[in-house]
Amino acid sequence: MRKFITQILALFLSITFLSLTFPHVATAQDPTPSDDEVNAIAKQLYCPVCENIPLDACATQACTQWRGIIRDKLAEGWSEKEINQYFVDQYGDRVLAEPPPRGLNWLVYLVPPAAFLVGAYLLYKNFRTWRAANDEQDTGQEQDISSKTKPEIDEYVAKLEEELRNR
Amino acid sequence: MKKILIWGGLAALLLLVAIGLNRAQQGQIGVGELAPDFTLTAFDGEEYRLADYKGKVVVVNFWASWCVTCKPEAWDLESAWRNYQGDVIFLGVDYVDTEKEAKAYLEETDVTYPNGPDKRTQISQAYRVDGVPETFIIDKSGKIAHVQIGPFSSFEEIINIIDPLYK
Repeated sequence: MRKFITQILALFLSITFLSLTFPHVATAQDPTPSDDEVNAIAKQLYCPVCENIPLDACATQACTQWRGIIRDKLAEGWSEKEINQYFVDQYGDRVLAEPPPRGLNWLVYLVPPAAFLVGAYLLYKNFRTWRAANDEQDTGQEQDISSKTKPEIDEYVAKLEEELRNR
Repeated sequence: MKKILIWGGLAALLLLVAIGLNRAQQGQIGVGELAPDFTLTAFDGEEYRLADYKGKVVVVNFWASWCVTCKPEAWDLESAWRNYQGDVIFLGVDYVDTEKEAKAYLEETDVTYPNGPDKRTQISQAYRVDGVPETFIIDKSGKIAHVQIGPFSSFEEIINIIDPLYK
């Protein structure tokens, strides 16, 4: 028993000694942001040089550098909002995929729904007009037939039958 | 009243579209026009305002580190800057670039005249720059004397343009 305890103690001391003397592997305090994290922000930005190409899809050298900036800022602990603002400060509002709602930019948000509503209203109005016109026409035709007397209808039917016989 | 509002709104929208299209069609700022004033904050923090150089010939060069044809031109512009020894002002405007790459580019090309980033692309928008390199040479009265779209072909070409303005 004593021998067993001595062995266990020796093993424990050895492990403690080894762990203290061997160098520790340093772990990174700030892990490198992944491509997905970088692209999640890059998707919200447009290439300042190429037209209408989102930064996550742009393959130019300049775009690679800009994505590098996003990666660096994320690693430094910048938030998404701070990174977007940084790009706006550098390259202007046009770099944002969604223009900020201020000044003339409001038109981008107001004009399409307004145009849609105006179009829908015009369509509805025209539809009502057509329907009203059709209803009037049907009523007119009904009145036309009912205003004729029975002998007139019989004469009409007789003419129709004659024409059909002659075909 | 409703019709007035609808037609008025449409007219206002068309006017805005016309203004936007007109601006897009304008093209670069032309020879003989007054050079738009600007303040350039160089990479070293110094500020350079164009209006302060009235009475001197000023060369405003738009470049970027990702621009392949800008590099050979940079050497020629630097040679010209050294040739005039401060009698002609050279200002380099870094167009939609990253600071790290821009500074590396300046070191590689050994450019010593003031260079700075075009924050929010305000300067390039004022000069209606479409791409890089583009150079605007401003005479002593503050008017555009020469517009160079694309790189200068040689040091001599630059000198031949500046000399008549400078003397």
